[in-house]
Amino acid sequence: MDSTPMIEVSGLTKRYPGRTAVNGISFTVARGEVVGFLGPNGAGKTTTMRMLASFLPGTSGTARVAGFDVFHQPDEVRRRIGYMPENNPLHLEMRVREYLKFRARLKGLGWRRSRVRVDVVLRQCGLTEVQHRIIGQLSKGFRQRVGLADALVHEPDLIILDEPTIGLDPHQIRAVRALIKDLARKHTVLLSTHILSEVEVTCSRVLILNRGEIIAADTTANLGKRLSLDAGVVAEIAAPLAALREAVRDLPEVVSAEFESLDGDFQRLVLTPRAGADLRPAVYELARTHGWNLRELTRRHHSLEEIFVHLTRTRKEAE
Amino acid sequence: MTAFFTLVRRELGGAFKSLTGYVVVSAAMLLTGLSVMDLIVWLNHRPMDAPLSELFYASTYFWVILLVISPIITMRSFAAERASGTYESLMTAPVGDWEVVLAKFAGAFAFYLITWLPLLGVMAVLRRVTGEALLLDPRVTAVAFLGVALIGAVYMALGLFASALTRSQIIAAMLAFLMGIALWMLSIRPPAADGLQGPVGRALDHVSLVRQMEDFARGVIDSRHVVFCLSMTVLFLFLTQRVVEGRRWK
Repeated sequence: MDSTPMIEVSGLTKRYPGRTAVNGISFTVARGEVVGFLGPNGAGKTTTMRMLASFLPGTSGTARVAGFDVFHQPDEVRRRIGYMPENNPLHLEMRVREYLKFRARLKGLGWRRSRVRVDVVLRQCGLTEVQHRIIGQLSKGFRQRVGLADALVHEPDLIILDEPTIGLDPHQIRAVRALIKDLARKHTVLLSTHILSEVEVTCSRVLILNRGEIIAADTTANLGKRLSLDAGVVAEIAAPLAALREAVRDLPEVVSAEFESLDGDFQRLVLTPRAGADLRPAVYELARTHGWNLRELTRRHHSLEEIFVHLTRTRKEAE
Repeated sequence: MTAFFTLVRRELGGAFKSLTGYVVVSAAMLLTGLSVMDLIVWLNHRPMDAPLSELFYASTYFWVILLVISPIITMRSFAAERASGTYESLMTAPVGDWEVVLAKFAGAFAFYLITWLPLLGVMAVLRRVTGEALLLDPRVTAVAFLGVALIGAVYMALGLFASALTRSQIIAAMLAFLMGIALWMLSIRPPAADGLQGPVGRALDHVSLVRQMEDFARGVIDSRHVVFCLSMTVLFLFLTQRVVEGRRWK
């Protein structure tokens, strides 16, 4: 297998008048990886993907796909990528099969080859039953699959998907995710999303973008671990408030604690630990020794928002 | 080349898959039909010995139809793709700017020629019914049709340019209509300017599309006219390509 990285980006910048959309980002994606671009709207995900698909030129910096420069060898690059743009634009008046055939031919596949490939992707994306229907009359989930089938039809080395699950219902999201996981076995995939759990399910590595900069790049597992280090612990304990406050104050690793009275005797407490500490055993111990009733004990998961707050804060502190 | 023909097919197919294509062709048929009827009524009062094709193609009827129909044919080409977002999937497929521009031009041009075909049929029927050989001289009609094609090519390229400038089909149509009318008006001179001689007058004579069409309708192929039309077409296609390329830099 070729050892050149699938994507090599260095110092890539895109400036619009008065606004920098992407600010000198650098990263590489190896062959066979599934990488997620995570970030809020306006973080520069789409702009970066458009530049990789050689739709937009960068202001400065370089980007290579499979060793080809995206600005100087756009045809070579485009032949090797399957790109599904944001909002998945399709010719709505065409029929599914007809559209895929058109796209296959446009991407330079021969008549016979395009026929074979269209059959394959129709099966792969579960579109065989709807192949003669007009795209405009299909549900959004099916349309999304048509977009995926289009990205796959010319057997690209790299698949770039811009928000592949946006606007789908949970059932459809599951189906599309399963499809992407399936693709990951044979292709390199770069996808963007602003849903954290999506990255966790589908990707092996994450690049987090914020305001045009990569603020974190790590494997999904590592990132999760890093982010849960100082994750708070939530507990609901039936106890007198004053006694509880006192007991909590004696816990060694607690940085701050919030209390809230709930129904009956129950108090809800949210504890922020010192970095790296897991407070759950200590809280359980506390409830047990006092003989208090414990009905909930969880470690809070970071929402995407908190991740951004966290990451941007740590960056500022580092500077 | 595969990509080029695929795109041309899709352009033409797209026109007839939506209602627009049929509406445009029917409108053109209605207008040509009315014009020919008008001409015949007029001829009944004042017999002339010029072929019907010459009378029609050199008339204002022809120009009105051309000016109204062309912007509607070309308005979709780039504007619609940009509005629906399919422009992005088109331009990230391995096809060049020129390939896209030429394919869109070829599609629009073919559609334009299709809208003029029914008229030939009408004339052929008239000739059969009246048995008047003079009505439709094959050679003269062929040259007239060449003129229709050449001038149409100019208007298609101009419309394409307008469509590449905007994402709104309406604005594209308005722009194309304005530019088209302006180009046509160059050949209409107010009576007071009849005495306009010298370099300006001669220059205006050269760019007068109406005069060029009159020659074509008479069956005269003037190479100057052919060169003029072709260079105008190339100019507008070139401008279109520049816009398509330039759009990326934003």
